[in-house]
Amino acid sequence: MALHNILTSSGDWMRGDGPHHQIVVSSRVRLARNLRNFAFPGWAKKNERLQILETIKPQVELLPEMSDAFSVYSQDLSALEKQVLVERHLISREHAAKGMGSAVVMNRRQTLSIMINEEDHLRMQAIRSGLQLKSVFKMIDKVDSLLEERLDFAFSPQLGYLTACPTNVGTGMRASAMVHLPALVMSEQINQVIQAVNKIGLAVRGLYGEGTEALGNLFQVSNQTTLGEKEEDIIARLHKVIEQIIEHEQNARQLLLQKKPNTLLDHIGRGYGILQHAYSMNSKEALNLLSFMKLGIDLGFFPEPCRQPVDELFMETQPAHLQKGTAQKLAADERDSLRAEIIRAKLGAFPKPSVGTPGPDQAAGNP
Amino acid sequence: MNCDVCQTNQATVFLTQIVDGKMQKVNLCEACSKEKGVTDPTGFALADLLLGLGAAQEMERGGTVQKCPTCGFTQADFKKTGRLGCGACYQTFSDGLAALLKGMHKGTEHIGKVPARALQSIERETQMRSLQRDLRKAVAAEDYESAAQLRDQLKQFDVR
Repeated sequence: MALHNILTSSGDWMRGDGPHHQIVVSSRVRLARNLRNFAFPGWAKKNERLQILETIKPQVELLPEMSDAFSVYSQDLSALEKQVLVERHLISREHAAKGMGSAVVMNRRQTLSIMINEEDHLRMQAIRSGLQLKSVFKMIDKVDSLLEERLDFAFSPQLGYLTACPTNVGTGMRASAMVHLPALVMSEQINQVIQAVNKIGLAVRGLYGEGTEALGNLFQVSNQTTLGEKEEDIIARLHKVIEQIIEHEQNARQLLLQKKPNTLLDHIGRGYGILQHAYSMNSKEALNLLSFMKLGIDLGFFPEPCRQPVDELFMETQPAHLQKGTAQKLAADERDSLRAEIIRAKLGAFPKPSVGTPGPDQAAGNP
Repeated sequence: MNCDVCQTNQATVFLTQIVDGKMQKVNLCEACSKEKGVTDPTGFALADLLLGLGAAQEMERGGTVQKCPTCGFTQADFKKTGRLGCGACYQTFSDGLAALLKGMHKGTEHIGKVPARALQSIERETQMRSLQRDLRKAVAAEDYESAAQLRDQLKQFDVR
């Protein structure tokens, strides 16, 4: 299957129909595995890396789930194509920097993606919409079990699966959920939540993982530790914490509606106005304003059919997605104009937010 | 004070994080702090950064072996990259890694999934060890009849 087909169809996980999909955008689980008796990719010489690649790739392609897969060597992907895959969370930023000696295989539905010779020989990930960590784990666990029948993984009875980085040793598993938390950000409770989550050994990161900003009020919550705990227990713990975060976000939304309706509506109204009338917009501004639109839909200020176009725009306004339809590379200001144009076209027919007549914000301390 | 990462520029960003009662400190220059994403508290975990710094020092203190005999990876390489060279490195640098893993994870022993083929070889090894133990006991007790039987069983293991 050609990459073109993958890029024109949106992945299953972007459809936004999983449980708790209003707040939980997606659930993801990745496993790190290495072959026994080979150096890790970062240390292996080029010939060894190629040998590893040619050992693993055919086995991955044989998986039943990969019967109609897109499979490609890293050097055969253009920088733009790689960036599109990064924006879809199908490859990591680190993998996008790889050339000869690496590859990626992904299924047609874009729920399963296997990177070969990233930081580890194998990085396999499953991703689905909404909060469904358990079923996502089951899916990737099955893939792992099938592969280990044919590949001899580096494993120590004491330390578990051996990985290039000691932070991944043991289960080699990183489970994460992407959550949309505009009300917690607006009510300035987000740092408290992040600190509480950090305290129990889970990490909170921005939209694109390690060291990235939390754009569009989107956060990734994931397990930090991989040794000394069973996979199922890690998943269950993370699931519980995400449920609590959902509850906090919902409470924060209700509180804003009651106590500060004008502040809330101001954000949503401005988002609506600017998105509909702007002629130049960078991706950061777009994500942040789209976040308020999404919140407005969740709260019923816009009719439900508005949801899908807004969800799609989160992806379509990313720099590489924006350029995949254009013949040549665009300069930053050209991208900003194109982005504004796409948004205007999509949101042009949106009705005004139906807000009724909200009362004034309650001033603190007043009866 | 120089930056812990590049070792050349003046450190201007000082970070302290306490995880499970253990204090971790790191000093960075402006450029490195930006590169590591320190400026954004939500996207930053000190543990990741420390991996290449304090962790390597901790490993140096604990370990005496300098070079992995399997892949040629050295402690200096770990200090530079925060990554190991091959699976055997875990064995080679086990003394130094022990403290590092303890501070980094919930436990020091894997209790999760075990690959089927590892399970088989682990079982085999346990069986063999128990047969060898029984054999030693039988010999010590001068029970040569059982010893002969056990020896035959062990031979079969070697063939398989």
